[in-house]
Amino acid sequence: MATSATVVGSKKPDTITVAYEHPWVVRGAHWLNAVAVFVLITSGLRIFRAFPSFGPKIPQRNFWVPPPGITLGGWLAGALQWHFTFMWIFAGSGLMYVVYQIVTGHWRQVLFMPRDIKGVWPMARHYFLFGKKPVVEAAYNPLQKLAYTSTIFFGAMSFLTGLVLYKPAQFWWLAWPMGGFHFARIWHFVAMCGFVAFIPGHLIMVLLHGWNNFYSMMTGWKRDPEYLN
Amino acid sequence: MADEQQPAEDLPEPAQPKEIAPESEIKGPPQSLVADSETPNAEEPKQEAPAAYSSARSGPAGEEVRDVTSRERGRINRRELLKLVPLIAIGAFAIPQLQEPLLMDGLGFSDWASGKLFGRHRLAQTFSDNDVVPFRRFPYNYYDVVDPEVDLDRWTLTVEGLVKRPGDYKLQQIQALSKVVQNTRHVCVEGWDVIGNFGGTRASDFLRWLGADLTARYLEVECADQYYESIDMATVLHPQTLFCYEMYGKPLDRGHGAPLRLQMPIKLGYKQAKYLDTIRVTNVLKGGKRGYWEDQGYDWYGGL
Repeated sequence: MATSATVVGSKKPDTITVAYEHPWVVRGAHWLNAVAVFVLITSGLRIFRAFPSFGPKIPQRNFWVPPPGITLGGWLAGALQWHFTFMWIFAGSGLMYVVYQIVTGHWRQVLFMPRDIKGVWPMARHYFLFGKKPVVEAAYNPLQKLAYTSTIFFGAMSFLTGLVLYKPAQFWWLAWPMGGFHFARIWHFVAMCGFVAFIPGHLIMVLLHGWNNFYSMMTGWKRDPEYLN
Repeated sequence: MADEQQPAEDLPEPAQPKEIAPESEIKGPPQSLVADSETPNAEEPKQEAPAAYSSARSGPAGEEVRDVTSRERGRINRRELLKLVPLIAIGAFAIPQLQEPLLMDGLGFSDWASGKLFGRHRLAQTFSDNDVVPFRRFPYNYYDVVDPEVDLDRWTLTVEGLVKRPGDYKLQQIQALSKVVQNTRHVCVEGWDVIGNFGGTRASDFLRWLGADLTARYLEVECADQYYESIDMATVLHPQTLFCYEMYGKPLDRGHGAPLRLQMPIKLGYKQAKYLDTIRVTNVLKGGKRGYWEDQGYDWYGGL
Protein backbone atom coordinates (compact mmCIF):
# COMPACT_ATOMS: atom_id res chain seq x y z
CA MET A 1 0.00 0.00 0.00
CA ALA A 2 1.55 3.18 -1.17
CA THR A 3 -1.05 5.33 0.50
CA SER A 4 0.11 4.48 3.95
CA ALA A 5 -1.47 5.32 7.25
CA THR A 6 1.05 8.07 7.80
CA VAL A 7 -0.45 10.05 4.93
CA VAL A 8 -4.06 9.66 5.89
CA GLY A 9 -4.41 8.89 9.50
CA SER A 10 -8.05 7.98 9.19
CA LYS A 11 -7.59 5.57 6.30
CA LYS A 12 -8.42 2.02 7.17
CA PRO A 13 -5.45 -0.23 6.65
CA ASP A 14 -7.36 -2.65 4.41
CA THR A 15 -8.50 -0.12 1.82
CA ILE A 16 -6.93 0.69 -1.52
CA THR A 17 -6.87 4.10 -3.14
CA VAL A 18 -8.05 3.98 -6.76
CA ALA A 19 -8.50 6.76 -9.30
CA TYR A 20 -10.80 6.60 -12.32
CA GLU A 21 -8.34 7.73 -14.96
CA HIS A 22 -9.86 6.49 -18.20
CA PRO A 23 -13.62 6.64 -18.83
CA TRP A 24 -14.96 3.78 -20.93
CA VAL A 25 -15.29 5.93 -24.06
CA VAL A 26 -11.57 6.65 -23.93
CA ARG A 27 -10.68 3.02 -23.25
CA GLY A 28 -12.97 1.76 -25.98
CA ALA A 29 -11.60 4.26 -28.48
CA HIS A 30 -8.05 3.37 -27.46
CA TRP A 31 -8.39 -0.36 -27.99
CA LEU A 32 -10.44 -0.09 -31.17
CA ASN A 33 -7.89 2.34 -32.51
CA ALA A 34 -4.98 0.15 -31.48
CA VAL A 35 -6.38 -2.75 -33.49
CA ALA A 36 -7.27 -0.49 -36.43
CA VAL A 37 -3.83 1.14 -36.56
CA PHE A 38 -2.16 -2.28 -36.54
CA VAL A 39 -4.37 -3.51 -39.40
CA LEU A 40 -4.07 -0.28 -41.40
CA ILE A 41 -0.27 -0.15 -41.17
CA THR A 42 0.27 -3.79 -42.12
CA SER A 43 -2.33 -3.81 -44.90
CA GLY A 44 -1.12 -0.39 -46.03
CA LEU A 45 2.39 -1.74 -46.48
CA ARG A 46 0.98 -4.53 -48.64
CA ILE A 47 -0.87 -1.93 -50.72
CA PHE A 48 2.33 0.09 -51.01
CA ARG A 49 4.10 -3.07 -52.18
CA ALA A 50 1.95 -3.08 -55.34
CA PHE A 51 3.69 0.14 -56.41
CA PRO A 52 6.51 0.82 -53.96
CA SER A 53 7.33 4.18 -55.44
CA PHE A 54 6.37 7.83 -55.20
CA GLY A 55 7.38 8.61 -58.76
CA PRO A 56 5.87 7.88 -62.15
CA LYS A 57 4.97 4.41 -63.42
CA ILE A 58 7.36 4.81 -66.34
CA PRO A 59 10.18 4.74 -65.48
CA GLN A 60 9.45 3.18 -62.11
CA ARG A 61 12.00 3.68 -59.34
CA ASN A 62 11.21 1.68 -56.27
CA PHE A 63 11.47 3.52 -52.99
CA TRP A 64 11.24 0.58 -50.59
CA VAL A 65 9.59 -2.80 -51.07
CA PRO A 66 8.04 -3.87 -47.75
CA PRO A 67 8.86 -7.51 -46.97
CA PRO A 68 5.72 -9.68 -47.10
CA GLY A 69 6.27 -10.81 -43.51
CA ILE A 70 5.25 -7.43 -42.10
CA THR A 71 2.21 -7.08 -44.32
CA LEU A 72 -1.40 -8.18 -44.07
CA GLY A 73 -3.81 -9.33 -46.75
CA GLY A 74 -1.65 -11.65 -48.85
CA TRP A 75 -2.10 -9.63 -52.04
CA LEU A 76 -3.26 -6.22 -53.12
CA ALA A 77 -6.99 -7.00 -53.16
CA GLY A 78 -6.84 -8.74 -49.78
CA ALA A 79 -4.93 -5.81 -48.28
CA LEU A 80 -7.45 -3.35 -49.73
CA GLN A 81 -10.28 -5.31 -48.10
CA TRP A 82 -8.62 -4.96 -44.70
CA HIS A 83 -7.78 -1.32 -45.34
CA PHE A 84 -11.25 -0.35 -46.53
CA THR A 85 -12.88 -2.17 -43.61
CA PHE A 86 -10.68 -0.92 -40.78
CA MET A 87 -10.48 2.65 -42.04
CA TRP A 88 -14.04 3.05 -40.73
CA ILE A 89 -13.10 1.65 -37.33
CA PHE A 90 -10.04 3.90 -37.25
CA ALA A 91 -11.96 7.03 -38.21
CA GLY A 92 -14.92 6.14 -35.98
CA SER A 93 -12.88 5.50 -32.86
CA GLY A 94 -10.72 8.55 -33.50
CA LEU A 95 -13.77 10.75 -33.89
CA MET A 96 -15.35 9.21 -30.78
CA TYR A 97 -12.25 10.09 -28.74
CA VAL A 98 -11.85 13.62 -30.08
CA VAL A 99 -15.52 14.50 -29.62
CA TYR A 100 -15.48 13.08 -26.10
CA GLN A 101 -12.38 15.06 -25.16
CA ILE A 102 -13.91 18.26 -26.49
CA VAL A 103 -17.30 17.75 -24.85
CA THR A 104 -15.87 16.85 -21.44
CA GLY A 105 -13.11 19.47 -21.59
CA HIS A 106 -10.53 16.76 -20.91
CA TRP A 107 -8.54 17.97 -23.90
CA ARG A 108 -7.08 20.61 -21.62
CA GLN A 109 -5.12 17.94 -19.76
CA VAL A 110 -3.64 16.24 -22.76
CA LEU A 111 -3.42 18.70 -25.65
CA PHE A 112 0.14 19.84 -26.26
CA MET A 113 0.30 23.63 -26.08
CA PRO A 114 3.12 26.09 -26.75
CA ARG A 115 3.69 26.44 -23.00
CA ASP A 116 4.58 22.72 -22.86
CA ILE A 117 7.50 23.10 -25.25
CA LYS A 118 10.02 24.02 -22.57
CA GLY A 119 9.18 20.92 -20.57
CA VAL A 120 9.79 18.42 -23.37
CA TRP A 121 13.57 18.27 -23.24
CA PRO A 122 13.93 17.80 -19.44
CA MET A 123 11.42 14.95 -19.65
CA ALA A 124 13.12 13.37 -22.66
CA ARG A 125 16.46 13.67 -20.84
CA HIS A 126 14.94 11.87 -17.88
CA TYR A 127 13.55 9.02 -19.98
CA PHE A 128 16.31 8.51 -22.50
CA LEU A 129 19.44 9.82 -20.76
CA PHE A 130 18.55 8.90 -17.19
CA GLY A 131 18.46 12.49 -16.04
CA LYS A 132 16.54 13.33 -12.90
CA LYS A 133 12.80 13.35 -13.19
CA PRO A 134 11.35 16.83 -13.48
CA VAL A 135 8.53 17.72 -11.14
CA VAL A 136 5.23 17.27 -12.95
CA GLU A 137 2.14 18.75 -11.40
CA ALA A 138 -0.26 18.11 -14.26
CA ALA A 139 -1.96 14.84 -15.14
CA TYR A 140 0.32 14.39 -18.15
CA ASN A 141 3.89 15.53 -18.53
CA PRO A 142 4.92 17.63 -21.55
CA LEU A 143 6.48 14.68 -23.38
CA GLN A 144 3.33 12.63 -22.90
CA LYS A 145 1.23 15.51 -24.17
CA LEU A 146 3.47 15.81 -27.20
CA ALA A 147 3.26 12.08 -27.91
CA TYR A 148 -0.50 11.80 -27.46
CA THR A 149 -1.23 15.00 -29.35
CA SER A 150 1.00 13.81 -32.19
CA THR A 151 -1.14 10.67 -32.56
CA ILE A 152 -4.20 12.86 -33.04
CA PHE A 153 -2.27 14.91 -35.56
CA PHE A 154 -1.04 11.86 -37.47
CA GLY A 155 -4.50 10.32 -37.24
CA ALA A 156 -6.14 13.38 -38.78
CA MET A 157 -3.38 13.49 -41.39
CA SER A 158 -3.90 9.80 -42.26
CA PHE A 159 -7.62 10.36 -42.52
CA LEU A 160 -7.47 13.43 -44.76
CA THR A 161 -4.70 12.17 -47.04
CA GLY A 162 -6.44 8.79 -47.18
CA LEU A 163 -9.64 10.50 -48.26
CA VAL A 164 -7.78 12.17 -51.13
CA LEU A 165 -6.17 8.88 -52.20
CA TYR A 166 -9.47 7.00 -51.95
CA LYS A 167 -11.63 9.61 -53.73
CA PRO A 168 -9.34 11.98 -55.63
CA ALA A 169 -12.06 13.01 -58.07
CA GLN A 170 -14.53 13.90 -55.30
CA PHE A 171 -11.96 15.58 -53.03
CA TRP A 172 -9.49 17.09 -55.49
CA TRP A 173 -9.81 20.44 -53.66
CA LEU A 174 -8.57 18.74 -50.50
CA ALA A 175 -5.47 17.57 -52.38
CA TRP A 176 -4.55 21.12 -53.26
CA PRO A 177 -3.29 22.21 -49.78
CA MET A 178 -1.37 18.92 -49.57
CA GLY A 179 0.57 19.80 -52.70
CA GLY A 180 -1.53 17.66 -55.02
CA PHE A 181 -2.50 14.03 -55.45
CA HIS A 182 1.07 12.69 -55.50
CA PHE A 183 1.98 14.50 -52.31
CA ALA A 184 -1.13 13.12 -50.64
CA ARG A 185 0.40 9.65 -51.07
CA ILE A 186 3.68 10.85 -49.58
CA TRP A 187 1.92 12.51 -46.62
CA HIS A 188 -0.15 9.38 -46.09
CA PHE A 189 3.11 7.44 -45.85
CA VAL A 190 4.64 10.06 -43.54
CA ALA A 191 1.63 9.86 -41.22
CA MET A 192 2.10 6.09 -41.09
CA CYS A 193 5.75 6.69 -40.15
CA GLY A 194 4.50 8.95 -37.35
CA PHE A 195 2.50 6.07 -35.88
CA VAL A 196 5.41 3.70 -36.37
CA ALA A 197 7.58 6.13 -34.41
CA PHE A 198 5.02 6.54 -31.63
CA ILE A 199 4.15 2.89 -31.04
CA PRO A 200 7.52 1.50 -29.80
CA GLY A 201 8.00 4.43 -27.43
CA HIS A 202 4.46 4.02 -26.16
CA LEU A 203 4.88 0.27 -25.63
CA ILE A 204 8.21 0.71 -23.84
CA MET A 205 6.61 3.22 -21.49
CA VAL A 206 3.74 0.83 -20.83
CA LEU A 207 6.23 -1.95 -20.02
CA LEU A 208 8.23 0.32 -17.74
CA HIS A 209 5.16 1.43 -15.83
CA GLY A 210 4.00 -2.07 -15.18
CA TRP A 211 0.78 -3.99 -14.88
CA ASN A 212 -1.11 -1.52 -12.68
CA ASN A 213 -0.73 1.22 -15.26
CA PHE A 214 -1.62 -1.12 -18.14
CA TYR A 215 -4.61 -2.54 -16.27
CA SER A 216 -5.98 0.98 -15.80
CA MET A 217 -6.46 1.17 -19.59
CA MET A 218 -8.65 -1.92 -19.21
CA THR A 219 -10.70 -1.01 -16.14
CA GLY A 220 -10.27 2.74 -16.02
CA TRP A 221 -9.31 2.51 -12.33
CA LYS A 222 -5.68 2.92 -11.36
CA ARG A 223 -4.55 1.51 -8.05
CA ASP A 224 -2.47 3.76 -5.79
CA PRO A 225 -1.95 6.51 -8.35
CA GLU A 226 1.48 8.02 -7.92
CA TYR A 227 0.18 11.58 -7.85
CA LEU A 228 -1.75 10.92 -4.63
CA ASN A 229 1.30 9.75 -2.72
CA MET B 1 -9.14 26.26 -8.31
CA ALA B 2 -7.61 24.36 -5.45
CA ASP B 3 -6.64 26.98 -2.96
CA GLU B 4 -3.73 25.33 -1.28
CA GLN B 5 -2.27 28.62 -0.13
CA GLN B 6 -5.21 29.24 2.11
CA PRO B 7 -4.13 30.76 5.40
CA ALA B 8 -3.81 28.18 8.09
CA GLU B 9 -6.11 29.95 10.48
CA ASP B 10 -9.05 29.39 8.15
CA LEU B 11 -8.77 25.71 8.76
CA PRO B 12 -9.35 23.87 11.94
CA GLU B 13 -6.09 22.24 12.92
CA PRO B 14 -4.84 21.68 9.35
CA ALA B 15 -1.81 19.74 10.45
CA GLN B 16 -3.83 17.24 12.36
CA PRO B 17 -5.65 14.30 10.86
CA LYS B 18 -9.37 14.75 11.02
CA GLU B 19 -11.16 12.98 13.73
CA ILE B 20 -13.43 10.71 11.85
CA ALA B 21 -16.01 8.65 13.56
CA PRO B 22 -15.03 5.02 13.25
CA GLU B 23 -17.80 4.09 10.86
CA SER B 24 -17.08 0.87 9.13
CA GLU B 25 -16.62 1.59 5.40
CA ILE B 26 -16.60 5.33 5.55
CA LYS B 27 -13.40 7.12 6.22
CA GLY B 28 -12.17 10.61 5.87
CA PRO B 29 -10.41 12.07 2.87
CA PRO B 30 -6.79 13.17 3.12
CA GLN B 31 -6.38 16.42 4.94
CA SER B 32 -5.14 18.27 1.87
CA LEU B 33 -8.34 17.52 0.03
CA VAL B 34 -10.50 18.48 2.93
CA ALA B 35 -8.80 21.83 2.74
CA ASP B 36 -10.01 22.11 -0.84
CA SER B 37 -13.57 21.57 0.22
CA GLU B 38 -13.43 24.86 2.10
CA THR B 39 -15.56 23.51 4.84
CA PRO B 40 -14.47 23.93 8.40
CA ASN B 41 -16.75 21.11 9.39
CA ALA B 42 -14.76 17.93 9.22
CA GLU B 43 -17.84 15.82 9.47
CA GLU B 44 -19.54 17.00 6.30
CA PRO B 45 -17.64 14.95 3.70
CA LYS B 46 -18.35 11.91 5.77
CA GLN B 47 -22.07 12.51 5.59
CA GLU B 48 -22.06 13.02 1.83
CA ALA B 49 -20.06 9.89 1.09
CA PRO B 50 -22.03 7.01 -0.39
CA ALA B 51 -22.26 4.00 1.80
CA ALA B 52 -20.61 1.67 -0.68
CA TYR B 53 -17.47 3.69 -1.17
CA SER B 54 -15.53 5.79 1.14
CA SER B 55 -15.46 9.48 0.43
CA ALA B 56 -15.32 9.94 -3.32
CA ARG B 57 -13.02 12.83 -4.16
CA SER B 58 -11.09 14.27 -7.04
CA GLY B 59 -7.54 13.83 -8.26
CA PRO B 60 -5.46 16.60 -9.81
CA ALA B 61 -7.06 16.16 -13.22
CA GLY B 62 -10.55 15.99 -11.83
CA GLU B 63 -10.69 12.22 -11.90
CA GLU B 64 -12.70 10.43 -9.27
CA VAL B 65 -10.66 8.99 -6.42
CA ARG B 66 -11.94 6.43 -3.95
CA ASP B 67 -10.64 4.34 -1.10
CA VAL B 68 -12.06 0.89 -1.53
CA THR B 69 -11.64 -2.51 -0.04
CA SER B 70 -10.10 -5.24 -2.09
CA ARG B 71 -13.55 -6.74 -2.76
CA GLU B 72 -15.00 -3.42 -3.86
CA ARG B 73 -12.05 -2.87 -6.15
CA GLY B 74 -12.65 -6.25 -7.75
CA ARG B 75 -16.30 -5.37 -8.25
CA ILE B 76 -15.77 -1.95 -9.84
CA ASN B 77 -12.99 -3.34 -12.04
CA ARG B 78 -15.24 -6.14 -13.25
CA ARG B 79 -18.01 -3.68 -13.96
CA GLU B 80 -15.69 -1.51 -16.04
CA LEU B 81 -14.24 -4.51 -17.87
CA LEU B 82 -17.77 -5.56 -18.83
CA LYS B 83 -18.25 -2.24 -20.62
CA LEU B 84 -15.42 -3.23 -22.97
CA VAL B 85 -16.79 -6.71 -23.68
CA PRO B 86 -18.44 -5.63 -26.97
CA LEU B 87 -14.95 -4.88 -28.28
CA ILE B 88 -14.20 -8.60 -28.26
CA ALA B 89 -16.46 -8.77 -31.33
CA ILE B 90 -13.58 -7.37 -33.38
CA GLY B 91 -11.79 -10.65 -32.66
CA ALA B 92 -14.19 -12.22 -35.19
CA PHE B 93 -11.80 -10.93 -37.85
CA ALA B 94 -9.24 -13.43 -36.56
CA ILE B 95 -11.57 -16.40 -37.08
CA PRO B 96 -10.84 -17.85 -40.53
CA GLN B 97 -14.45 -18.80 -41.30
CA LEU B 98 -15.73 -15.32 -40.46
CA GLN B 99 -12.87 -13.27 -41.84
CA GLU B 100 -13.81 -13.30 -45.50
CA PRO B 101 -17.53 -12.57 -45.04
CA LEU B 102 -16.68 -9.75 -42.63
CA LEU B 103 -14.16 -8.20 -45.00
CA MET B 104 -16.70 -8.50 -47.82
CA ASP B 105 -19.19 -6.64 -45.61
CA GLY B 106 -16.56 -3.99 -44.98
CA LEU B 107 -15.85 -3.68 -48.68
CA GLY B 108 -19.58 -3.58 -49.42
CA PHE B 109 -20.09 -0.82 -46.86
CA SER B 110 -17.23 1.17 -48.40
CA ASP B 111 -18.80 0.74 -51.84
CA TRP B 112 -22.18 1.85 -50.50
CA ALA B 113 -20.60 4.92 -48.91
CA SER B 114 -18.69 5.61 -52.12
CA GLY B 115 -21.95 5.64 -54.05
CA LYS B 116 -23.37 8.12 -51.53
CA LEU B 117 -20.28 10.34 -51.77
CA PHE B 118 -20.42 10.38 -55.54
CA GLY B 119 -21.57 13.67 -56.97
CA ARG B 120 -23.45 13.09 -60.18
CA HIS B 121 -22.43 16.46 -61.53
CA ARG B 122 -19.06 16.72 -59.82
CA LEU B 123 -16.38 16.57 -62.46
CA ALA B 124 -13.01 14.94 -62.11
CA GLN B 125 -10.12 17.35 -62.50
CA THR B 126 -9.07 18.12 -66.05
CA PHE B 127 -5.59 19.22 -67.02
CA SER B 128 -3.82 21.41 -69.52
CA ASP B 129 -1.92 19.85 -72.41
CA ASN B 130 1.33 20.64 -70.58
CA ASP B 131 0.37 18.28 -67.75
CA VAL B 132 -0.31 15.35 -70.06
CA VAL B 133 2.47 12.74 -70.00
CA PRO B 134 4.00 11.85 -73.36
CA PHE B 135 2.26 8.95 -75.05
CA ARG B 136 5.34 6.71 -74.77
CA ARG B 137 5.17 7.04 -70.98
CA PHE B 138 1.51 6.07 -70.78
CA PRO B 139 1.70 2.49 -69.42
CA TYR B 140 0.21 -0.47 -71.21
CA ASN B 141 -1.51 -2.53 -68.56
CA TYR B 142 -2.76 -6.04 -69.23
CA TYR B 143 -4.22 -8.78 -67.15
CA ASP B 144 -3.22 -11.90 -69.06
CA VAL B 145 -4.10 -11.27 -72.69
CA VAL B 146 -1.60 -8.95 -74.35
CA ASP B 147 -3.49 -8.49 -77.62
CA PRO B 148 -6.74 -10.26 -78.45
CA GLU B 149 -6.09 -9.47 -82.12
CA VAL B 150 -9.41 -7.86 -82.83
CA ASP B 151 -10.23 -7.69 -86.55
CA LEU B 152 -10.63 -3.92 -86.67
CA ASP B 153 -12.24 -3.89 -90.15
CA ARG B 154 -15.04 -6.27 -89.25
CA TRP B 155 -15.47 -5.18 -85.64
CA THR B 156 -18.90 -4.20 -84.38
CA LEU B 157 -20.22 -3.39 -80.92
CA THR B 158 -23.08 -5.63 -79.88
CA VAL B 159 -25.73 -3.79 -77.84
CA GLU B 160 -28.13 -5.85 -75.72
CA GLY B 161 -30.56 -5.52 -72.85
CA LEU B 162 -32.88 -2.67 -71.94
CA VAL B 163 -32.50 -0.62 -75.13
CA LYS B 164 -35.02 0.30 -77.81
CA ARG B 165 -32.54 -0.40 -80.59
CA PRO B 166 -30.36 -3.39 -79.78
CA GLY B 167 -28.03 -4.72 -82.47
CA ASP B 168 -24.51 -4.51 -83.84
CA TYR B 169 -23.04 -1.06 -84.35
CA LYS B 170 -20.06 -0.01 -86.41
CA LEU B 171 -17.37 2.27 -84.99
CA GLN B 172 -18.35 4.96 -87.52
CA GLN B 173 -21.86 5.08 -86.04
CA ILE B 174 -20.43 5.71 -82.58
CA GLN B 175 -18.01 8.30 -83.95
CA ALA B 176 -20.88 10.09 -85.70
CA LEU B 177 -22.07 11.31 -82.31
CA SER B 178 -20.38 14.40 -80.92
CA LYS B 179 -16.80 13.87 -79.87
CA VAL B 180 -15.40 14.81 -76.47
CA VAL B 181 -11.67 15.21 -75.86
CA GLN B 182 -10.40 15.46 -72.30
CA ASN B 183 -7.10 15.49 -70.39
CA THR B 184 -7.84 13.45 -67.30
CA ARG B 185 -6.07 11.36 -64.71
CA HIS B 186 -6.03 7.61 -65.10
CA VAL B 187 -5.61 6.12 -61.61
CA CYS B 188 -4.51 2.53 -61.11
CA VAL B 189 -5.51 0.64 -57.98
CA GLU B 190 -1.84 -0.27 -57.59
CA GLY B 191 -1.08 3.32 -56.68
CA TRP B 192 0.31 4.90 -59.83
CA ASP B 193 -1.50 7.35 -62.04
CA VAL B 194 -0.98 9.07 -65.33
CA ILE B 195 -2.57 12.07 -66.99
CA GLY B 196 -3.56 11.28 -70.55
CA ASN B 197 -5.47 12.68 -73.48
CA PHE B 198 -8.62 10.78 -74.41
CA GLY B 199 -11.21 11.26 -77.12
CA GLY B 200 -14.52 9.55 -77.62
CA THR B 201 -18.27 9.61 -77.43
CA ARG B 202 -20.05 10.39 -74.19
CA ALA B 203 -21.55 7.14 -72.91
CA SER B 204 -24.70 9.04 -71.97
CA ASP B 205 -25.06 10.37 -75.55
CA PHE B 206 -24.64 6.91 -77.01
CA LEU B 207 -27.10 5.29 -74.59
CA ARG B 208 -29.71 8.01 -75.28
CA TRP B 209 -29.22 7.52 -78.99
CA LEU B 210 -29.77 3.79 -78.50
CA GLY B 211 -32.96 4.48 -76.56
CA ALA B 212 -31.58 2.79 -73.48
CA ASP B 213 -33.52 2.63 -70.24
CA LEU B 214 -31.50 5.15 -68.25
CA THR B 215 -33.25 4.14 -65.05
CA ALA B 216 -31.67 0.71 -65.31
CA ARG B 217 -29.06 -0.01 -62.66
CA TYR B 218 -26.04 -1.26 -64.58
CA LEU B 219 -24.10 -1.35 -67.78
CA GLU B 220 -22.38 -4.67 -68.34
CA VAL B 221 -19.52 -4.91 -70.80
CA GLU B 222 -17.78 -7.90 -72.34
CA CYS B 223 -14.45 -7.68 -74.08
CA ALA B 224 -12.63 -9.44 -76.88
CA ASP B 225 -9.95 -10.53 -74.41
CA GLN B 226 -12.55 -12.25 -72.17
CA TYR B 227 -12.34 -9.38 -69.69
CA TYR B 228 -15.70 -8.22 -68.36
CA GLU B 229 -16.99 -5.39 -66.21
CA SER B 230 -20.15 -3.87 -64.81
CA ILE B 231 -20.65 -0.20 -64.01
CA ASP B 232 -23.32 1.59 -61.99
CA MET B 233 -25.62 3.68 -64.19
CA ALA B 234 -24.88 6.96 -62.34
CA THR B 235 -21.25 6.61 -63.41
CA VAL B 236 -22.17 5.64 -66.95
CA LEU B 237 -24.26 8.79 -67.26
CA HIS B 238 -21.54 11.02 -65.83
CA PRO B 239 -20.56 13.66 -68.40
CA GLN B 240 -16.90 12.56 -68.39
CA THR B 241 -17.62 8.89 -69.04
CA LEU B 242 -16.56 8.06 -72.58
CA PHE B 243 -16.65 5.27 -75.06
CA CYS B 244 -13.09 6.11 -76.00
CA TYR B 245 -11.71 5.53 -79.48
CA GLU B 246 -8.82 8.01 -79.48
CA MET B 247 -5.77 8.70 -77.38
CA TYR B 248 -3.49 11.65 -78.04
CA GLY B 249 -5.48 12.46 -81.18
CA LYS B 250 -4.82 9.09 -82.78
CA PRO B 251 -7.04 6.01 -83.04
CA LEU B 252 -6.72 3.78 -80.01
CA ASP B 253 -3.80 1.39 -80.54
CA ARG B 254 -3.92 -2.34 -79.90
CA GLY B 255 -2.19 -2.07 -76.55
CA HIS B 256 -4.72 0.41 -75.22
CA GLY B 257 -7.81 -1.52 -76.30
CA ALA B 258 -8.51 -0.85 -79.99
CA PRO B 259 -10.94 -0.09 -81.31
CA LEU B 260 -13.11 0.96 -78.34
CA ARG B 261 -12.66 1.11 -74.58
CA LEU B 262 -14.30 2.65 -71.55
CA GLN B 263 -12.67 5.80 -70.19
CA MET B 264 -14.01 7.09 -66.89
CA PRO B 265 -11.92 9.57 -64.89
CA ILE B 266 -14.20 8.91 -61.92
CA LYS B 267 -13.29 5.20 -61.78
CA LEU B 268 -10.16 3.18 -61.12
CA GLY B 269 -8.25 1.72 -64.06
CA TYR B 270 -9.56 -1.82 -63.75
CA LYS B 271 -13.09 -0.57 -64.44
CA GLN B 272 -11.97 0.92 -67.79
CA ALA B 273 -12.51 -2.17 -69.92
CA LYS B 274 -10.61 -2.35 -73.21
CA TYR B 275 -11.43 -4.16 -76.51
CA LEU B 276 -15.19 -3.68 -76.02
CA ASP B 277 -17.24 -6.34 -77.75
CA THR B 278 -20.69 -6.32 -76.13
CA ILE B 279 -22.51 -3.86 -73.89
CA ARG B 280 -25.70 -4.66 -72.03
CA VAL B 281 -28.09 -2.42 -70.10
CA THR B 282 -29.50 -4.41 -67.21
CA ASN B 283 -30.97 -4.35 -63.73
CA VAL B 284 -29.48 -7.64 -62.64
CA LEU B 285 -25.84 -8.70 -62.54
CA LYS B 286 -25.16 -12.34 -63.12
CA GLY B 287 -23.84 -13.92 -59.94
CA GLY B 288 -20.08 -14.23 -59.92
CA LYS B 289 -19.81 -12.08 -63.05
CA ARG B 290 -19.48 -8.57 -61.66
CA GLY B 291 -16.08 -7.90 -63.15
CA TYR B 292 -12.85 -9.75 -63.84
CA TRP B 293 -10.91 -8.37 -60.87
CA GLU B 294 -13.95 -7.74 -58.68
CA ASP B 295 -14.81 -11.44 -58.77
CA GLN B 296 -11.37 -12.10 -57.31
CA GLY B 297 -11.71 -9.66 -54.44
CA TYR B 298 -11.33 -6.07 -55.66
CA ASP B 299 -14.13 -3.71 -54.81
CA TRP B 300 -16.89 -3.42 -57.33
CA TYR B 301 -17.60 0.29 -57.13
CA GLY B 302 -13.99 1.33 -57.78
CA GLY B 303 -14.95 5.00 -57.76
CA LEU B 304 -12.60 7.91 -57.41
